[in-house]
Amino acid sequence: MLILNEAIMAKILPNRFIVSMEGILIPLGALLVAMLLFAVFVFSVGQSPLEVFYLLYKGAFGSSFSWQNTLLRASPLILTGLAVAIPAQAGMVIIGGEGALALGALLAAVAAIALAGFPPLIVQAGMLIAGALIGAFWIGLSGWLRNYRGVNETISSLLLSYIGIALLNHFVEGPLKDPASLNKPSTQPIGDANMIGNLPGLDVHYGLVIGAACALIAWFVLKFTTTGFALKLVGGNPRASQMAGLRVNLWIVGAAAAGGAAAGLAGAIEVAAVQGAANSAVVAGYGYAGILVAFLARQNPLAIIPVAILIGGINASGGMLQRRLDMPDASVLVLQGIVFVVILTSDTLMGRYRARKQLAVPATSKVAMAGGATT
Amino acid sequence: MSKIDLNRRKALLTLGGTAAAATMMSFTGRFALAADNLTVGVIYVGPRNDFGYNQSQAQAAMAVKKMPGIKMIDEEKVPETIAVQKTMEAMIEQDGAKLIFATSFGYFNPYVLKMAEKYPQVRFAHCGGMWTDKDPKNAGSFFGYIDECEYLSGVVAAHASKTKKAGFIAAKPIPQVLRNINSFTLGAQSVDPTFTTHVIFTGDWSMPVKEAEAANGLIDQGCDVLTCHVDGPKVIVETAEKRGVYSCGYHADQAALAPKGYLTGAEWQWATPYKMLVEAAQTGKPMINFLRGGLKEGFVKMSPYGSAVPAKGKQMADSIKAKMMKGEFTIFKGPIKDNTGKVVIAAGTSQEQQDVALEQMNYLVAGVVGKI
Amino acid sequence: MTDVSGGIGWWGVPLAVLGGAIRVSTPFLLVSLGECITEKSGRINLGLEGVLIMGAMAGYGASLYSGSPWIGVVAAGLVGSMFGLLHGLLCSLRRVNDIAIGISIMMLGTGLAFFLGKPLVQPQAPMLPSIPFGFWSDSPQIQSALQINPLFLIGVALAVILHFAFRHTRWGLQLRIVGDSEDAARALGFSVIPTRIMATVTGGFLAGVGGAFLSLYYPGSWNEGLSSGQGIIAVALVIFARWEPMRCLWASLLFGGAGALGPALQAMGITSGYYLLNAAPYVLTLGILIATCAPNRKISGAPGELSLVRQ
Repeated sequence: MLILNEAIMAKILPNRFIVSMEGILIPLGALLVAMLLFAVFVFSVGQSPLEVFYLLYKGAFGSSFSWQNTLLRASPLILTGLAVAIPAQAGMVIIGGEGALALGALLAAVAAIALAGFPPLIVQAGMLIAGALIGAFWIGLSGWLRNYRGVNETISSLLLSYIGIALLNHFVEGPLKDPASLNKPSTQPIGDANMIGNLPGLDVHYGLVIGAACALIAWFVLKFTTTGFALKLVGGNPRASQMAGLRVNLWIVGAAAAGGAAAGLAGAIEVAAVQGAANSAVVAGYGYAGILVAFLARQNPLAIIPVAILIGGINASGGMLQRRLDMPDASVLVLQGIVFVVILTSDTLMGRYRARKQLAVPATSKVAMAGGATT
Repeated sequence: MSKIDLNRRKALLTLGGTAAAATMMSFTGRFALAADNLTVGVIYVGPRNDFGYNQSQAQAAMAVKKMPGIKMIDEEKVPETIAVQKTMEAMIEQDGAKLIFATSFGYFNPYVLKMAEKYPQVRFAHCGGMWTDKDPKNAGSFFGYIDECEYLSGVVAAHASKTKKAGFIAAKPIPQVLRNINSFTLGAQSVDPTFTTHVIFTGDWSMPVKEAEAANGLIDQGCDVLTCHVDGPKVIVETAEKRGVYSCGYHADQAALAPKGYLTGAEWQWATPYKMLVEAAQTGKPMINFLRGGLKEGFVKMSPYGSAVPAKGKQMADSIKAKMMKGEFTIFKGPIKDNTGKVVIAAGTSQEQQDVALEQMNYLVAGVVGKI
Repeated sequence: MTDVSGGIGWWGVPLAVLGGAIRVSTPFLLVSLGECITEKSGRINLGLEGVLIMGAMAGYGASLYSGSPWIGVVAAGLVGSMFGLLHGLLCSLRRVNDIAIGISIMMLGTGLAFFLGKPLVQPQAPMLPSIPFGFWSDSPQIQSALQINPLFLIGVALAVILHFAFRHTRWGLQLRIVGDSEDAARALGFSVIPTRIMATVTGGFLAGVGGAFLSLYYPGSWNEGLSSGQGIIAVALVIFARWEPMRCLWASLLFGGAGALGPALQAMGITSGYYLLNAAPYVLTLGILIATCAPNRKISGAPGELSLVRQ
């Protein structure tokens, strides 16, 4: 059927258009397939798929309230997605964003206490910088360990993540606890004046803008500057980069630090815009969700924004499924799982069209056979 | 139900409807039905069926659902982040909820407070919070004096225990938990002043492996009664039974899990405050801002005594319970020292159940082994 | 009721570490051995966390409805194999990233397990029996610490068998070559994809059984908080163990024992800083990792085709 589609499309659309649209059409098609599979699942547990999809749409994008709900939930995911995508450019697989976020939240709260009395803008800037710095340090540690001690960065970032969360809990319930926080151990509240406010007219805080800005900057740097080029070189072939004179070690640690800064920033924003203090509730799985966002976006910072909105939308509409159809919270997990599996599997279709079209030579020739072969 | 069927039939007849149309109609039909009723929203922080805290809230929600003129919607596993704020808003905006039960302590500040200010026509009932005069009038907090049941559990445990050592597995050292630990210990000490309680904090509300390890560790140290304050006591009660020691339950009745060793337990009856709040909303009475109750008001209750409880224990516990039911018993009566030697309640003074100081407890009484 | 009058004081700590090393390590052991096989063949399966939870749910349900915990174990293994098969098949497609698929399957498995496991929270399923290796002692604490579950023994035996098999059998050779170099494997006539899929299925089976251990023995209950990242940690332990089955065994024991340290010390009255104590296994693992790795030396023993360690 795929061949038929391609044949039809080849007649209607120009070659180059198809090839460039591949990056969007295939994931979209995969999303549709995923929805179909979820519909089967929903039907098998006795619910009506149509009702489910109506509610999913309504809850995520159906009204101004839903849209804002979606954007709000997407906002931390953009930054935690960057925490995985930026180091990935340098060839690293970092999964420790959760811990960096936790420490970012902690340090941001500490910064707010230290800067108490200064004008709000200074306090807010201080919080964000503090969060970004500790995040950069924490994940940068992972990168450093990889380069200078040969420790696999995936495990080290994972272990550091658990340690970071333990540190947050320890300080928030111990030395830094605000006695008035009673049954919700937290640090001293930063005060309403210092909270990051909402975008004008919307119910969405500026964290979304900060996150989107970071993603845009990252994309720009990676695509159009020598820094980005060098990073990709390092990620693609460290040995060749070293021979070319690039200080590979610095680039790798730097990339890890940049990713960590994003995660730390996410934690700082959680405190500054949502919680108003650091406590264990900031550890809400944003870091782990960010891993998926990054992979789904194929580590492209620009694509992270729409993917984060998609995931935010699914989370936003999950509530409607629970309330209207009495479906358990786990249904949203199942939906997300199916979406991820299908979209990620659809990667295999990428480039197929290009491979076929480019070899518009007799199919029996060796070149065509080699080009179309799969591993 | 019949309204929906009528709509469906109409659709089928008039539109020669497809299944899709019928589904749409039944959906909107369901929504239209809600317009006459009071919509009540309930939010849980964990899974509804955790055999513990959230389940106790869910049982109350089910009781409310059966009340006439009530439509109940709920959501489980809502974390204490912006998600709960949005959930509350969604319930109000999308479902027309007029009364919301936010059942986890961490929901109160800033989420419930913010939403209460934004929606002055909606009532927000928060479980466990400390509503004060500075907070919006359409918000309120409710809670149960379950420490009365903990006291009685302690009394029963001291009668049954041979080593006079109990193990208490707790999640975090927050005031509600400390109050339970202290009440349990004071109750046990009223039977035997040498009784000690060994405390282990696991760090989070639901950590089955850590809870099992803690249970085994405490039993190895000679504790022959286990009790706990975690979201799901199932693991601890089952571990106690496997090792052959006694257990006291919490949140709900876990007797079925430990037929030999279950002594008694402290249970919630959230249906009582839930119904009070719902009735106030239905009849247009002002929002109850600070709602508390114990055994006397029916907010909490004791699990039935297990077979291992000696008769003397039952008698003593029953007589104290009778006094509590008449409001004649004070648990926190001075002099009380904490386990560092400091006097926390002076001789001659006492803190009655309603005393707000008790909701800010930050010490462990003497006889509790462990530090905050 | 058992007489526990003799509290054993400070002996409780090493005893708890020993008991914990045996009790808590078993799921880590089984999952890491399974992942060891998978990674030796050149694939990484991060979805084992979801498989673990799915196996726990399936095992609990099967034990409940059949009345036999061992049927539960088998059911858990079969469910795990199915997920392993899914992972293996999907990752065999060109250009599909196995790390990403793994995490997606983790989410899917977790969601399905929670969804289907709703009715399993209340009832009590028959539990796996244990062998009292402490029968020689009068002390109930030692007896309890030495209650060893057959699955642990199976895990230990498996570690030994795998250690031998990887080195000295044709099957082990095939696995290692497929994982080290696809070209060499093809040159030798080994079929790459079926081998990898079989390895992933086996890994899934073991992970499912590891999950059944959690729900059918220790802690012996089903609820939604059962696993706290044990599957992911087990995958990390494989890399920590440099893909050597015997080292997987020691790593699991270390992790399990260190995890029991926190509660044991608290039972003694040392309760301050319990978050940090509970982080002991992670700190210990990281410390050893740092101490034993050396710069500029490729992680020895790494399968060449493993995407995670491709330099």
